[in-house]
Amino acid sequence: MSTTWATSPSELLLRAAARSAGRRRSLLRRRITLICGLAMLAVAILACTLAPLLTRYSPTAIDPAGILKPPLSPHHLLGTDQYGRDVLARILYGGRIDLAIAFGATSVTLVGGTVIGLAAGYIGGRVDSFLMRLVDLFFAFPFLVLIIAIVAMLGPGVFNMFVAIWMTSWVSYARIMRAQTVVAKKQQYVIAARALGYGRLRVMFRHILPNTAPAVLLFSMVDAVGNIILAASLGFLGLGAQAPAPEWGTMISDGQNYILSAWWLATLPGLAVVFVGVAFSLIGDGLADLLRAGER
Amino acid sequence: MSRFGWLPRRLLHLVIVVFGITLVTFFLLRLIPGDPALAILGSSYTHTRAVAIDRTLGLDRPIWSQYGLFMDRLLHGNLGFSFFYDEPATRVILAHVAPTLFLVVYSAVLAALVSFPLGFAAGLRRSGALDQATRVFFTLSFAMPGFWLGIILILIFSVHLSAFPISGFGNGFGGHLYSLFLPALTIALGFSTVLVRSLRAATIAALQAEFVDTAVMKGISWRMVLWRHVFRNAVLAVIAVYGVNLAYLIGGTVVVENVFSLPGLGTLLVNSVSDRDYPVVQGVTLLFAVLIVVINLLTDIGQAVLDPRVGQEIGT
Amino acid sequence: MPGAALLTVRDLRSYLATSHGVVRAVDGVSLTVHEAEVVGIVGESGCGKTVTCRTIMGLMPTRTLHASGEIIYHPHGERNLLGAPRREMQALRGSHLAMIFQDPMTALNPVRTIGDQLVEAVTAHARLTPREARARAVGLLERVGIPAPAQRMRDYPFQFSGGMLQRALIAIALASSPRLLLADEPTTSLDVIIQDQILGLLAELQRETGMSMILVSHDLAVVSGICDRIVVMYAGQVVEQGTTEDVIGRPSHPYTQALLDAVPHGEGRGELRSIPGSPPSLIDVPDGCRFSPRCPHALGECRTWETELIETSGPGRGARVRCWRYRELGKERRWHAHDLA
Repeated sequence: MSTTWATSPSELLLRAAARSAGRRRSLLRRRITLICGLAMLAVAILACTLAPLLTRYSPTAIDPAGILKPPLSPHHLLGTDQYGRDVLARILYGGRIDLAIAFGATSVTLVGGTVIGLAAGYIGGRVDSFLMRLVDLFFAFPFLVLIIAIVAMLGPGVFNMFVAIWMTSWVSYARIMRAQTVVAKKQQYVIAARALGYGRLRVMFRHILPNTAPAVLLFSMVDAVGNIILAASLGFLGLGAQAPAPEWGTMISDGQNYILSAWWLATLPGLAVVFVGVAFSLIGDGLADLLRAGER
Repeated sequence: MSRFGWLPRRLLHLVIVVFGITLVTFFLLRLIPGDPALAILGSSYTHTRAVAIDRTLGLDRPIWSQYGLFMDRLLHGNLGFSFFYDEPATRVILAHVAPTLFLVVYSAVLAALVSFPLGFAAGLRRSGALDQATRVFFTLSFAMPGFWLGIILILIFSVHLSAFPISGFGNGFGGHLYSLFLPALTIALGFSTVLVRSLRAATIAALQAEFVDTAVMKGISWRMVLWRHVFRNAVLAVIAVYGVNLAYLIGGTVVVENVFSLPGLGTLLVNSVSDRDYPVVQGVTLLFAVLIVVINLLTDIGQAVLDPRVGQEIGT
Repeated sequence: MPGAALLTVRDLRSYLATSHGVVRAVDGVSLTVHEAEVVGIVGESGCGKTVTCRTIMGLMPTRTLHASGEIIYHPHGERNLLGAPRREMQALRGSHLAMIFQDPMTALNPVRTIGDQLVEAVTAHARLTPREARARAVGLLERVGIPAPAQRMRDYPFQFSGGMLQRALIAIALASSPRLLLADEPTTSLDVIIQDQILGLLAELQRETGMSMILVSHDLAVVSGICDRIVVMYAGQVVEQGTTEDVIGRPSHPYTQALLDAVPHGEGRGELRSIPGSPPSLIDVPDGCRFSPRCPHALGECRTWETELIETSGPGRGARVRCWRYRELGKERRWHAHDLA
């Protein structure tokens, strides 16, 4: 605890002003979170998209002569796996699948869930009741278990992973959006819009949506992290991407068998997941701070 | 007490939800593209065997009759027949319940032990070293896949330090505690991120409440104020979050069991998927869902017990 | 009749370090409270009256507060309370200094019973058995006029009305028999009839126990009813102070006069006159007299030079004004204090 007690009015003013300036600085520091997150995400996206430029190896090229090379070996920055495949190449190409899930799965569920929640909240009545019962029903299932069950039925594979996530993930967005819409309906601006005779769709999408979007957008950041981990988990369990396609989860699963002799096989892909996950988290935190500051 | 006046309605709601769960689980099997018997039998497909499977699964009946059969069996505790184990699915599933339940409770307790003190301390000294360190640590652990964290923990504690076993359930209560420590810790850390954040926010909010000023004004010690007013109120605010996330993390046990080779429901689920043992997949999914519904109910009851405002019409 | 000095505040400055700048919430306030005396602090919201009280009690957030000056509580020796260690303040709070807050709904812990919170207050400075503590708590509830006190002990705050809650808060504040009670707008969030009851209760308790009181309000009518002396604050400073008769009957500062003009009073239907404009920023404090932008009598000098508090009566009566034109502007008796009630 710092002393807040000063001996003279002028000393007092000086101390207080210094503290005040300090507070302004720490506010600025928070913008950095957002920038850092965006930068990290950009790095990840670029690295994975430009993979062919960054490494001359194919992620599936086998080299029986050079198996299980540790990181920092000549020609193999991150080492090789049990088939001699370059780990860096596999991480860069593998990232494409995980990033695709992060964006592809999240954006569809974001849009779908938002629309459903908006409709439910705005229309109300039986439509609302029905949709929310449906949402509650989905929430009764542990998320991963339901996805596994769906993938089990449809058959493993990347596309079925997408489908499973699309089928289940929209509920979180619907719930958030519906709660927001119900509150928004009673606000002045909505009442005014309706009084002016604007149609339902217009009020929903051009008035309510812009004001309630922040909540779902923030959640989508959290969801993106979740989806990446989900994709990796499914890959880990053998239900997502299938061998020999590189994907961070499958790499970790394979690597687990070599934990004693080649620790890097399981560890490095995980670091990649953490990197992208932290990027999304920072973006989410930064956005949250930005929105809070804007409200003041 | 009208505090629990909501309970009857809630129980009714629970029944409806369970009913809905059975519907969803039932329809899971309908997702299989093509012929389930073909998928199950694979290369050992013969017409006779296929017909037998169709009859067991009830696929030779109209759909509403199938559901009737499904529900009828369910109410008798029959979750179907496991093709892989060649046993009633119920028996197979029950044999795998213990490790999972132990793990869930263990993780829940560990998570509370870890996150409550940390979250509270972080909220007390905002922007202090502990707060920053906690925030960084948990941002990282939130982005970590549970299974990866588990592997890292194994690497450090089991392989290099030989402090804990790599896998297995252990024998006896003490053995369980010992063997399950790392997997429970893995789950607890994932769970703790949200808990710490919530408790921190709740602590900060409680600290700014005017009733804390009133308490200080009385002249009682700061420690007492913290314990009786700040901590108590902050924890209350977090109970709902705790319950919701616990339910969410049940899914996490699936992966962790796999990493640590625990003979629990999660492992059973994953194995059944690759074994194409659909009835077992169905049964485990159902069981998990019911578990979550129960946890949600317990959370609501817990909150009603601890918070006198529940169920009251509070307004001006 | 007021006795010896109980609390002396000398040149108190409470500055808040925010990210928008330094808020000079209290900027050089001095006042004295004597034994068995009721002092009223009046002013618009944001003038610093609440911060003054909270600084006295040590209830300001330490992360943002920077303060200087002296807060001398005389029975405690001549030690400065400002900057005193927590333990010292803890010993004084409740048993010597107590405070009640504006909104009784938020001033009590919503998840603990009134009885619990009252017993907590009663046992803060006294060693009592649980039974004794309960008995004393019930007695306190009775004294503040809460019917069926024994049963009410088991109730939660949300089961009380605003007026009852404020009574309970008063009971809590008086639990350890303090010698000085700071009441921060105790009636503002209550309706008019309850307001009168609560004020009456406070006056009664003050007479009975002989404790001193600082009553803070934005409403002159409230303050004039039971206060012996009045301190008028504006923009973090004291602009006028004196006995109630002096301040209400012969207000010398334009702000005080404007406040009085704004109070609906007596018979006759005049216009309700509010004060035009709004208080100045406490971050970028303007030069000169802080009231000058809104003062109908402001001259060029008023906007350039800041005035000190000037003694307007002989020593002892303690009448002071922060306006160099007080002699010309000081009005003759316009109202009596009881006109306002």
